[in-house]
Amino acid sequence: MSNPLLLETRDLGITFGGLKAVQNLNLQIKPMELYGLIGPNGAGKTTVFNMLTGVYKPTYGHFYLDGEDLTGQSQQQTCARGIARTFQNIRLFNNMSVLRNVMVGLHHDPAFKCNPLVAMFRLPAYYVHENAMVDRARELLDIFGLDGERNNLACNLPYGKQRKLEIARALATNPKLLLLDEPAAGMNPQETAELMETIKSVRDTFKLTILLIEHDMSLVNGICERVTVLNFGTELAQGPVGQVLRNPEVIRAYLGTD
Amino acid sequence: MAGYFKSIRDGFKLRNFTNYILIAAALILFLILELTGVLRRSHANLLAQVGFSIILAVSLNLVVGFLGELSLGHAGFMCAGAYIGCFVANQLHKTSLPPLVTLIVAMAVGGIVAALFGFVVGLPALRLKGDYLAIVTLAFGEIVRNICKNLPWFGGAMGLPTEQYGTHLFIVAFAVVLLMLILTQNLIHSKHGRAITAIRDNEIAARAMGINVVFYKLFVFVFTAFFAGVAGVIYGYYTTPVIYSSFTFNYSIEILVMVVLGGMGNITGSILSASLITVVNFVLQSNLSGDQAAIKYLVYALILMVTILFNNAPAFRPIKEKIGLQAILSRVRKKFGLKHPSENPEEIVDDSAKWHRIPTKIKMDSILSTDLKPADDGTLEPDPRQEDKHE
Repeated sequence: MSNPLLLETRDLGITFGGLKAVQNLNLQIKPMELYGLIGPNGAGKTTVFNMLTGVYKPTYGHFYLDGEDLTGQSQQQTCARGIARTFQNIRLFNNMSVLRNVMVGLHHDPAFKCNPLVAMFRLPAYYVHENAMVDRARELLDIFGLDGERNNLACNLPYGKQRKLEIARALATNPKLLLLDEPAAGMNPQETAELMETIKSVRDTFKLTILLIEHDMSLVNGICERVTVLNFGTELAQGPVGQVLRNPEVIRAYLGTD
Repeated sequence: MAGYFKSIRDGFKLRNFTNYILIAAALILFLILELTGVLRRSHANLLAQVGFSIILAVSLNLVVGFLGELSLGHAGFMCAGAYIGCFVANQLHKTSLPPLVTLIVAMAVGGIVAALFGFVVGLPALRLKGDYLAIVTLAFGEIVRNICKNLPWFGGAMGLPTEQYGTHLFIVAFAVVLLMLILTQNLIHSKHGRAITAIRDNEIAARAMGINVVFYKLFVFVFTAFFAGVAGVIYGYYTTPVIYSSFTFNYSIEILVMVVLGGMGNITGSILSASLITVVNFVLQSNLSGDQAAIKYLVYALILMVTILFNNAPAFRPIKEKIGLQAILSRVRKKFGLKHPSENPEEIVDDSAKWHRIPTKIKMDSILSTDLKPADDGTLEPDPRQEDKHE
């Protein structure tokens, strides 16, 4: 926590051919902050997530996690350094049980290192690690109230629980920064309210910084401390949430001019 | 240390050992028959064939059913293993080593060479997906076969003559099956197995979880190529000469049929279907001769169609619920007052080898009709660099 900024992007940008998907993005996110990234469809929000997790290499600019430059690292490395994400369209391991979904999230954890030969010959280390992984995964499931479902296939869960499972799985990678891509998509107001509580409690229990993309303004208004608005890949406004949402530029971007 | 033994005890579930018990029981049964002199020579040969078919089917299942990638080059790996292993065995036969040692050395060499081939093919090929990977592995199989055909050391078009091991070959084959099952199942039930199935289920999410997808794909390819090579050496001992024309594309497809028939991602299924197909082939081949031989293909096709329909067609569901394996098992369970593990809330169910069909991203119907067009309905995972671009 020595660093004043957990995530900092400096002039981050990416182009796909001639399309400037994101330009000159400057985010400054403090530790333990709940930060929103909003904007109309096609503004480049998910592209930002894809750059931060190493799916895309930024064309220019840099980003730093806790002072460490992670620009252009692979997904594996960004995951190991502590950036985890969920997906806009839920991407669970559908044919695996709920418990095993979370255990996949524990995969890269150095505490559970165990090479394939140890596993194939069932050496003592295998049992120790395997049991520790089950315990850890069940702890995580317990937090989300999913422990009772642990033997069900992930695809058989109701939608809201699938969203929760995805967050639990992301948390299993032991991140410093959690990226949530439209966590409330497809949820009714009651589920959204419940989700807001979950997100807040996750932040407090895990001492996490959360960056989320959301279209549901009640959720953004309810939990985000600061937001950045993207429009056509450029930063339109940023600042405390109440202030930004009243910004006439932002309203125009969402609703158009009359 | 005490904790270690406790965790082994906790982890001990008889149902995790079904496959080992199945194979060991078969081995012991046939061993007794062999020792009492009841087992006929032709049947001992058939058992060896069953043995290497199981090895081939289970190892291919790891690629198709667990990794979710399609390999049509399994006969190619087998070919490499068979030729090189038997070549080594022929050299060793000139020395005074006991035949069993020769066989084991040959299997090790054949397996390792096939694994090397798996690595070399895997490196460039695993950047491809689905049908495209299938085409590359298919081409690889044909290339290996044709190289072996044209190498003078391997006897050219006449094939490589091999020494015979005799009727005890099936014992070695079943021992290898047992060893392979233990290694494969241990792998699947570990974090590495979870990583492999995660890649099958959702490669993009697996990458986001920090899983090294390239490593695991390569690992599975090398691992399965090794056992295909070992199976090739057993094959070389089972029949002489080892000839290039037995490792055609059709043979790869036959192995794939065993996997599909037994259920992708289902090891017990692969064992049973490999045994079934091999035995059916043998029975038909030995009973039908001359013009009748054509009937073999008809019967073979009918068995496949009935089994696949029985497993999948909605119309068969009521019948399946009455006489299917699951139905029989649950009836047995009810009779003895046992519960299905998933009904016990305290139990951790390991679903990695569950008896249920797993849809993979491969369209099997298109493959089995050797129609290798890319699927246009989005069954292939889109390139992660293409998707989500515009949210």
